[in-house]
Amino acid sequence: MLSPKDIDNLAELARLDIPADEKETLRKEVDAILGYVSEVQKLSGGEVKKVAGEVRNVMREDVNPHLSGAYTEELLAEAPRRQDNFVKVKKIL
Amino acid sequence: MKIDLSKLSITTAHEHLTRGDFSARELAEGYLSVIEKKNPEINAYLEVFDDVLDQAHEADKRIADKKEVGLLTGIPLAVKDNILIKGYRCGAASKILEGYHAPYDSTVIQKLKAQGAVFLGRTNMDEFAMGSSTENSAYGPTKNPHDTSRVPGGSSGGSAAAVAMDGALAALGSDTGGSIRQPAAFCGLVGFKPTYGAVSRHGLMAMGSSLDQIGPLTKTVGDAEIIFNAIRGKDPNDSTSRDFPDSSKKPLRVGVLTHFLHESQARSIDKQVFDNLGEAAKIVGDFGETVDIKLSDNPPLGYSLATYYIIMPAEVSSNLARFDGMKFGALEEGGNLMEDYFKTRGRLFGKEVRRRIILGTYVLSSGYYDAYYNKANVVRSLIQKTFENIWEKVDVLMTPTTPTPAFKIGEKTNDPMQMYLADIFTVTANIAGVPAISIPSGFAEVDGKKLPLGIQFMAPHGREDILFEIGKKFEKISS
Repeated sequence: MLSPKDIDNLAELARLDIPADEKETLRKEVDAILGYVSEVQKLSGGEVKKVAGEVRNVMREDVNPHLSGAYTEELLAEAPRRQDNFVKVKKIL
Repeated sequence: MKIDLSKLSITTAHEHLTRGDFSARELAEGYLSVIEKKNPEINAYLEVFDDVLDQAHEADKRIADKKEVGLLTGIPLAVKDNILIKGYRCGAASKILEGYHAPYDSTVIQKLKAQGAVFLGRTNMDEFAMGSSTENSAYGPTKNPHDTSRVPGGSSGGSAAAVAMDGALAALGSDTGGSIRQPAAFCGLVGFKPTYGAVSRHGLMAMGSSLDQIGPLTKTVGDAEIIFNAIRGKDPNDSTSRDFPDSSKKPLRVGVLTHFLHESQARSIDKQVFDNLGEAAKIVGDFGETVDIKLSDNPPLGYSLATYYIIMPAEVSSNLARFDGMKFGALEEGGNLMEDYFKTRGRLFGKEVRRRIILGTYVLSSGYYDAYYNKANVVRSLIQKTFENIWEKVDVLMTPTTPTPAFKIGEKTNDPMQMYLADIFTVTANIAGVPAISIPSGFAEVDGKKLPLGIQFMAPHGREDILFEIGKKFEKISS
């Protein structure tokens, strides 16, 4: 059973501001869903054997970089706040 | 000639366009006028692009010059709001992406542009593709064109409704647990989820990265194949994508999944859906051998939905961490940096998105990780192994696409567990990574209205060819 404190803790971890009047409903809903998905624990079966699939080691060679600044303007244009060529955020320290 | 949109498929439209019976511009105008008339009520499109006729004009030039004309040249398509088209608004139907414009083309859009397809607009969806009814959109629900008191399914509900109302010839959707196939079934269309890795997700907003695939919603199986062939293939920008070798065709042995649910869940399966599976099996029996595949002999399959609702939220909680009000989209200002995060994510994500993030955070948190996330991965590998055994007996596995026909708007919004059960037949293919297609299989009569039903076929990895072959045969007999 999830407690109201659990919900507060999870919201904190997920950086979510959950309105006070929604917390109890959310607690009950998440509890019900966890009750259902706990079903997986009934199925026996041990560790997952790590099998390498066909897709592996797909890193590309670090060659042919694009021109510095080629996408800067387009990407920065989408940031809510910017200053010159930086994304602007509030003071961190 | 006068264009009858209801009778057109990509194949026939292509013939008309190249014969000069009508132009791409006239075709696009036909769709725009339907959208203008029907979209205010149906709400399939969040935005109709303002340059549709210019795009059509470009396609007409290609056709006139007989240069680079493909099957999709001049074909008007609708695109789900989580697939990037450079320069256009794109928002996954979420307030958190209010004002966002795509800075690049997704790979699927690049490929369709290369063919000269025409993009009509971006379609409504459940926010970040989380839902089975399109009611989780921040921009209001989409209505089912077959009965406007009902949902079109989801999360690609706008794409399905757009095609079903003759507001597009075909559409792109994304499918994480059934989001193409379920709305296709509810709206009487073909919905196709390719093998995991067959189509690049570069430029698709990620939801569950080990599950997501892009695919088409179309009026015929042939049309789905045309779009799939246009968008498939390995892409250096999606490291999970790869090419699959062409396989030789085999005789068709079709497994019909029976006794398929735990008794507690069986109550939520509509009797008309059961009956429809029986009728569909008879149709298949006309051209193939049907084999009873019992769920009781393959127990891991019964755990697909539970497994899905652990793995998917876990991936959601991680993928959606990038929406923080700093890099793109909207920002809700707080007193300091931490409050910026909390307010932006808390106020601008909708309820279902927040619910899944909380759920994912829980199953990944220390102390619960082994019991949930790790265990779900064990079950996932058991499900994959179960499929390998099934493929030794049959070439295709057949199930209903959905447990019920389209439900009423508002019917399940207060009960997330009930909503999740709408995906019970579709999630299995995503968990196993196999390709699956939903094909119209008749109608259920509810309250005097005829509501479409769909039948689902699943095939081994990379064997889309089997699905198209059986789909075309099924379509021919059933229609």
